[in-house]
This record gives sequence, structure tokens and C-alpha cells, in this order.
Amino acid sequence: MSVVKVLEGSEAVALAVKACRPHVISAYPISPQTHIVEGLARFVADGELDAEYVRVDSEFSAASVISGASAAGSRAYTASSSQGLLLMSEVLYASCGMRLPFVMTGVNRTVSAPISIQVDHQDTMSLRDCGMIQLFVESSQEAYDTHIAAFKIAEDPRIILPVMVCMDGWVLTHSYERVTLSEQEDVDRFLPSFRPVDFLDVKNPKTWGSIGEEDMVMELRYSVQQALQYAKGRIKEIFKEWAEISGRDYGGLIESYRTGDATMILVAMGSMAGTIKEAVDALRAEGEKVGLVKIRSYRPFPYEEIWEAVKGAEILAVVDANLSLGSEGAVGMDLKAKLYGHPDAPRVVDVIAGLGGRDVNESRIREIVGRVKEAMNSGYSLREPYWAGLNEAIVPTGGVK
Amino acid sequence: MEISIGAVVKGGTSLAYKTGSWRDQRPVLDVEKCKECGTCESVCPDSSVHVVDEIYVIDYDYCKGCGLCAYECPADAILMVREEK
Repeated sequence: MSVVKVLEGSEAVALAVKACRPHVISAYPISPQTHIVEGLARFVADGELDAEYVRVDSEFSAASVISGASAAGSRAYTASSSQGLLLMSEVLYASCGMRLPFVMTGVNRTVSAPISIQVDHQDTMSLRDCGMIQLFVESSQEAYDTHIAAFKIAEDPRIILPVMVCMDGWVLTHSYERVTLSEQEDVDRFLPSFRPVDFLDVKNPKTWGSIGEEDMVMELRYSVQQALQYAKGRIKEIFKEWAEISGRDYGGLIESYRTGDATMILVAMGSMAGTIKEAVDALRAEGEKVGLVKIRSYRPFPYEEIWEAVKGAEILAVVDANLSLGSEGAVGMDLKAKLYGHPDAPRVVDVIAGLGGRDVNESRIREIVGRVKEAMNSGYSLREPYWAGLNEAIVPTGGVK
Repeated sequence: MEISIGAVVKGGTSLAYKTGSWRDQRPVLDVEKCKECGTCESVCPDSSVHVVDEIYVIDYDYCKGCGLCAYECPADAILMVREEK
């Protein structure tokens, strides 16, 4: 029987990771990720989890430790956030190239400057190109279940890539929600022990991360791309498998919410999807034909599923809690690139919202929907991203007076 | 050529990869001036200085020509000369 508890999101993640029986955990504190590794430290100290818990001197080392542990054939885990993730980035690129299937939590937080510990997706999405699988979650319960699935996805013999579960800082990590915990035997049944394809062995020495020049880099990149392509189907199957055991189903690579007859569909990731569902319900009650596509797997990017979900709509409003400065929001860019050329593709408006913790509440969603409707009626005037909630009066204008 | 997943290769093969061709400056050791202090051997980042028959010898198969040995040599016994063919 499963147990229902009221838990802090971080505690739910720590319990999920514990249930996956990792051999090695590396930890370096940074808000709002710290409670997760503190929880795991407690389990190890209390003898509830038999893992090597390595306290390191930086996030660079945290990522290096789990890379090494993974190469040695261990199931390994770490977590970080914001600047910490950026400091890991060199190692994370290398880990994908070396095909090391560890799992980590990327707790979404904005990046400096200015120093801010508030939530947005800038940190995790700046790692989108390294080859990791990135799964975004909406709730603590989804975070719990996604971590369990993440190990199975990472270790699939045809994937063998690290997985980052991207979870909104504070909104999820520090709020208390009802979380249903699965039985250990159910997790064990779902997630067998890790069987590495290759591992460091003193009796049979091998080298990871050796030199490979112009004769092989393209082929190795292509093989990661192929693995990610294959992962699209496998991620869906693995979530389905876990849903059958746990009874909790979130859909596959995306979740479509009231998109059937929608003329306008919002596209979003992470915890704001929950707020948008509320707003969609309220707007629907007023007769507005709106819906939501929640992207769960950001990398690999599920454009086939998104296309199926949005193909009848007139316009998509992509709510990006990140920004590729000098261009636009990353999800908006991905979507436009993939929909381009479909003769019936809906138009796409990119909306920048929630940077640095700026609240994305129901009234903000209503504002976005109103503005995008205006754009629809005036013949698509929003070429540039629409900045929702921007206080123009205080925007500094630079050194020129 | 076959490449494994993650380009994992047999261990201990770095000796087969001769990096001496990267060099554009060659350290030349003057054995007359050499005091056999071992500084060059200890500072060489590529472990390319060895003692052979009681004298210091630079291994040009792996020396990348960084010049650390010449810079550190207290007896000024190592001269960097341009690598030319």
C-alpha cells in the first residue's frame, strides 16, 4: 500500500531518490536546492540509505564525483541550482559525451546578475544543448514520480545519458503538498539494479574521455542525437509502466489540457502549468476557447506530440520563463522552428514571463490571453516577444542621457 | 574505424599517441652545463624528461615544447630552439 503524506517538495524528491537506491550522492549546497541533499544526508546518517555521500568543494566537483561514480558502474545522483548548474556545465557536457547515466535535480532559479534566488528557468535551460534529457515537473508529486522514472530512462541500454529533473525552486521545493509515496517493493520492481554497459575496472582498464578529433566528433554527436530521438518513445513507455504500478499518470512527453477545440493554446513548463490550468478553467467558464500544452520533456523536444495537440488551434502563446538574450524565449524558438513549414501551423507568439520570480498568477495569465487575442484580431502584430508584467517605468535606459 | 558508445577505449594507450609533433620549439639540453639537479624532470608537465645512463634526456616523442624546463633550469643548460624541417 502506498502512503499519503504532507511533504515539502524537497523531501518528496529526497524520498524518491532514496527509493531508487543510489550508490553515490554528491552534494554542494545552494538555495533552493539544499533541502533535497540535506534530506539525503539525513537518510545516510541514520542508516536508512546505504550510499556513499560525498561532500565536495564546489558544484564542479559535485558533477565530477557523480561522473566518476557513474563511470565506475554506480547509480549516482546530485542536485544543484542557478550559478551551481552553470559551474557544472563543463562537466555536464563531458558526461553526455562519455554517456554517463546519472540523475540530477536542476532546481530552477534565475542566474546572476543581479543576485536573485527566485525562480525562473534560465539556469536549467542554459544547459539544454549539452545532451542531457531534461524533464520539467509541475508539482511535488510529479517531481517524486519523475525522479523514479528518470533513473530508468537514464540507464536504458539504448539511451545511456544523464537525466536532469527540472523543478521550480521555492514554488515546489519549499512548499508543502500532499504526496503519495510508493512502496519500496514497487520501486524495486520497476527499477532493477543498474547494469552498466561499460565500467571502470582495474582488471580490464579502459579510458573515458580520451582524445577524439575531426575523425569522430560528428559521429559521436550524431549518436547522442539518435539516442535522444529514441528516448522520445522510451520515455513515454517508462512513464506508462510507472503509471501502471503507481496509479499516477501524467501523460507522455507533453500533457494536453482542454486543447480539443481550443483556438488559443498556451504552452508552458513547470509549476506555472498548474496556475494556467486554473486560468484555463476560469476562462472556459466565460466561453473562451483556451487550452494548455504542458511540455514535460524539454530535451528531447517533443514536437510531434505538440503538433498533434495544437494543429487545430489558431494561435499559440508560449509562456517562456527564460530568455535567450538578443533573440527570444527558448521554447518559443524551438516551437517556431519545428512548426515552420507546416501549411496549417498555428501562429506562435512568444511571451516572456516570470523572470527572476516575477509572479505568474491567474490575472497575469488573463492579461497574456487578452493581449494575444488582441494580436490575433489585429493580424498578428506581436513579432517581438511580449513581456508580461514588465514595469516599463523603471527600465534603465543605459549610459546615454 | 569503430567507435564505442561514449568513445570508451582501451586503457593505458596514451603512449601510442605521440604528441611531440605539436611542438614548435625544441628544448636542447647542454650536458656540459647540466648540474643534474632534476628540476627539468620535476617541472615537465608531460613527463618527457628522463634519466638515461645517468644523464638527463628529453623525450622528443612526447615533449610539446612548452619551455618550462628551459625557464626553470637554474644552470641555464636548456635552450629553446625553433623546430624546423
